Amino acid sequence: MDKRTILNSKHFEITLNRLASQLKENHQSFENTVLIGLQPRGIHVLTRLQRILENDLKHEIKCGQLDITFYRDDFRRREQPIIPSVTNIDFTIENKNVVLIDDVLFSGRTIRAGLDALLAFGRPNRVELLAFIDRRFERHLPIQPDYTGKIVDTLSSQRVSVEWKELEGEDKVVLFTEEK
Amino acid sequence: MNNLSVDHLIGIKGLSKEDIELIFTTADRFKQVINRPIKKVPSLRDITIANLFFENSTRTRLSFELAEKRLSADVVNFSAASSSVKKGETLIDTVNNILAMKVDLVVMRHPNPGAAKFLSERIDAKVINAGDGTHEHPTQALLDAYSIREKLGEDFTGKKVVIVGDIKHSRVALSNIFCLQKLGAEVMVCGPTTLIPKHIYELGVKVEHDLRKALEWCDVANMLRIQLERQDIQFFPSLREYTMQFGLDKKLLDSLDKKIIVMHPGPINRGVEISSDVADSDQSIILDQVENGVAVRMASIYLLASQINRE
Repeated sequence: MDKRTILNSKHFEITLNRLASQLKENHQSFENTVLIGLQPRGIHVLTRLQRILENDLKHEIKCGQLDITFYRDDFRRREQPIIPSVTNIDFTIENKNVVLIDDVLFSGRTIRAGLDALLAFGRPNRVELLAFIDRRFERHLPIQPDYTGKIVDTLSSQRVSVEWKELEGEDKVVLFTEEK
Repeated sequence: MNNLSVDHLIGIKGLSKEDIELIFTTADRFKQVINRPIKKVPSLRDITIANLFFENSTRTRLSFELAEKRLSADVVNFSAASSSVKKGETLIDTVNNILAMKVDLVVMRHPNPGAAKFLSERIDAKVINAGDGTHEHPTQALLDAYSIREKLGEDFTGKKVVIVGDIKHSRVALSNIFCLQKLGAEVMVCGPTTLIPKHIYELGVKVEHDLRKALEWCDVANMLRIQLERQDIQFFPSLREYTMQFGLDKKLLDSLDKKIIVMHPGPINRGVEISSDVADSDQSIILDQVENGVAVRMASIYLLASQINRE
């Protein structure tokens, strides 16, 4: 397996800061905006962005974690059922502006399920999508991000992994390629 | 391990500890779902479930039906009272007729022990046992243990549970014994000698005939209903005498030096096995059990349905 770092820790931070600035540009004080991270890995992007934004704005931002397991379109098409993670949204999103946050945007199926799952919490005014990594040529559905950390062009056989200081020891994005 | 080790949910006896814990973790998530404004997920929208009740039931049947509907499954109901069983049709014929309508999963309650196993060996659908005679009632035991776990924490080691009442005729008692033991708890049964099977100690449970002693020993007391409908002979002189010896009232509960948890699988005979003020007290988790029943059944159905292959 060939392993290549495509975003090192320095650029990782710059990218997060840029995304935070872009969010601020569109949502100003986040009065009517909530950030929702998708389980399991999207919540790490959320936590970092939340930290940057709250430091900057000096007030709390409404954030939640959404698990989409029960809304997936591949139930019974996998070998093993997926064990759901925690959903933690203790507010309604009725008439709110929602930013869905995930680490890697690939086929778009997770986001589709996420949009479905969101409806259980109310009818949002608007939903935007933030993807830390966008594998743009691998889409199965007509879904595009509004905010992108980095676009990568990959083959479907390759794998992109976003790694975190808290979990893997270092902030970086790694591209794995199967050797022939 | 994300898969159940069994193909059908016939009894707790066939489950492993990991299976039970998997059902509990999944139920945790479903409990979140049923406490949301929209209590429904689309997971099972292409699954059809038949609820076959050859014996009366209100709670279990409602609970299963709600669980199925909250998973978005299509549900058909069948009760023996209004069916062709009365006209002499056999169980297999009845079920095969229902399966011919393309049903993926069957939830069945039947008065004969072993009926669910019999069915699971002969039909091409998943089977969940919702009570077979005096044998097992697995989802009830799962929701009981789940409710205990909610109060006392995930580790059952050393937790003491006493099951009081009609042990002999109770499928709830047998399933509870298997379930709690697999999780590591200690189990005691308590009741009149006539209502405790002679060889029950072989299951590794303690036997006690003095309710006070049993309550002083335990952390949790599960009070069972006297099942008059299953008793062909008189097992005790009178209901009044039973209540005096084995009924739990506030006076007895308050005289204990610790706060135990009181459970009841329902339906309650107020004033017989449990007095009204105990059933409604803050030590009783009877209504939590009912709420958890839906979550635990959603988890069981979800995990079994995920094994159905539609290739």
